[in-house]
Amino acid sequence: MRFNPLSHERSTFDRIVPPTGFTANLTVLTAAAMAFLAVFALALSLASGRLADRWSDALARSATIRISAPPEQIEAQLRAVLDALATTPGIERYRPLDDAEMRKLLDPWFGPDLPVEALPLPKLIEITETAQGIDAEGLRLRLAAEAPGAVLDDHTRWRRPLVAAAGKLRLLGWLSLVLIGGAMAGLITLAAQAALAANGQVIRTLRLVGAKDGFIAGAFVRRFTQRGFAGAALGTLLGMGAVALLPSADQAGGFLTGLGFAGAGWLWPLALPPLAAVVAFVATRAAALRMLRGIR
Amino acid sequence: MIELQDVAVGYGGSELLAEMSLKLVPGSFHFLTGPSGAGKTTFLKLCYAELLPSAGFLGLYGQDARTMSRDDIAQIRQRIGVVHQDCQFLDHLSVAENVALPLTVAGRPIDAQALTELLAWVGLKAQMDALPAQLSGGERQRAALARAVIMSPEVILADEPTGNLDWEMSLRLLSLLVQLNKMGKTVLIATHDLNLIRQTKAQVSARVLRIANRRLQLAGADL
Repeated sequence: MRFNPLSHERSTFDRIVPPTGFTANLTVLTAAAMAFLAVFALALSLASGRLADRWSDALARSATIRISAPPEQIEAQLRAVLDALATTPGIERYRPLDDAEMRKLLDPWFGPDLPVEALPLPKLIEITETAQGIDAEGLRLRLAAEAPGAVLDDHTRWRRPLVAAAGKLRLLGWLSLVLIGGAMAGLITLAAQAALAANGQVIRTLRLVGAKDGFIAGAFVRRFTQRGFAGAALGTLLGMGAVALLPSADQAGGFLTGLGFAGAGWLWPLALPPLAAVVAFVATRAAALRMLRGIR
Repeated sequence: MIELQDVAVGYGGSELLAEMSLKLVPGSFHFLTGPSGAGKTTFLKLCYAELLPSAGFLGLYGQDARTMSRDDIAQIRQRIGVVHQDCQFLDHLSVAENVALPLTVAGRPIDAQALTELLAWVGLKAQMDALPAQLSGGERQRAALARAVIMSPEVILADEPTGNLDWEMSLRLLSLLVQLNKMGKTVLIATHDLNLIRQTKAQVSARVLRIANRRLQLAGADL
């Protein structure tokens, strides 16, 4: 092969850092593993966020009143409750559930042939609150006085901890992403430092023939940035594939089965390879410039 | 271009060189001699700012070396060709790529014909695609010389360039340095080989300096 000046400058710059299998593999594998984990952390964050939003939206403005009373009193207490609701501020609308709706609610437990009319079932009233909401304690006191068999369930008792848990899960997901990014930066810095130390003679020679720090750092940064990007792209693709293979929420309907991306959410993981490249760029440049300060 | 005024170099509390004064005049030819360990390499390192003086003034192309930034020093090194005793090649690059390395790091275009002519001048045209490890000692020194001159520097510093060469190869390398001096380049060669100095003085007007007792002095009449 003869020397070709046309391809020399670019190719020599690319090859100034000699290929080192260990650090190259370490960087690619680290970036791939971290990106794979980051995809799951991202999926967890987004799924938790969706869940928290769904629970909040679905339950935030709804409440139920259950009337359990002897059959001869139930109609009277129902009227008393409806009268009370008509004058309670913060209620957008309310309506008692009819027999068909009661049957639908009980279907999963007793089957479709349940004779609802023949059973002493409590009456249920569904309430939709206004944006301001109701004074739940005030309404409870009033119901206790006017319809002793009526119990207000504003869902708060079990809704709040669930929404809080989903919110914390989302926070943990983002925290995991930050930790994964930090760990990747640390490992790439170690790999870069190993490569810089192994190439001390190359760096000294480049300085002696007049290379500026930016040129020398650039040769290492370019290589590690490429490796970081390539590894992260591989890990991201594998992670996205694994998430895509998880059972869908529609099939089973639970939280774990909803762990994944929805719609435009699939674009989020695509930001990981460029982010990994930025992390590799910053980590390698800092390591290279730090080492160069010790060489005149 | 390179000027030292009462320069001292210290390391770890002890003084390696003291009261060094020298002004390299353009087109001059200097030998620097002295016993092993006298400080010849240290002196050359001062001349391309790999070391900075602990006292005195070191001027490189009119600038005080101690106030120059790292990038300024890199820029100055592009104007000073250095032939190291151990050559210092990038072993994974070809001879041609190593010789052209100063152009690459300076971002200058490479003229393939000029590069080939340079390699032919040092007798390495046939080895241009070889790796440095495939060269003999003399070939490595000539490749190092080609790398030192490819940027057309005004000054060429050589640290024991013939240290590992036989007599015939030493003379061949030295004749290349004499040719460069006759082209107007300033040459400073550190060597402990007095025979080589005598042989060269027959071809070129050279000033011989000696480092003795940590100080720089003119060599005796025998040289």
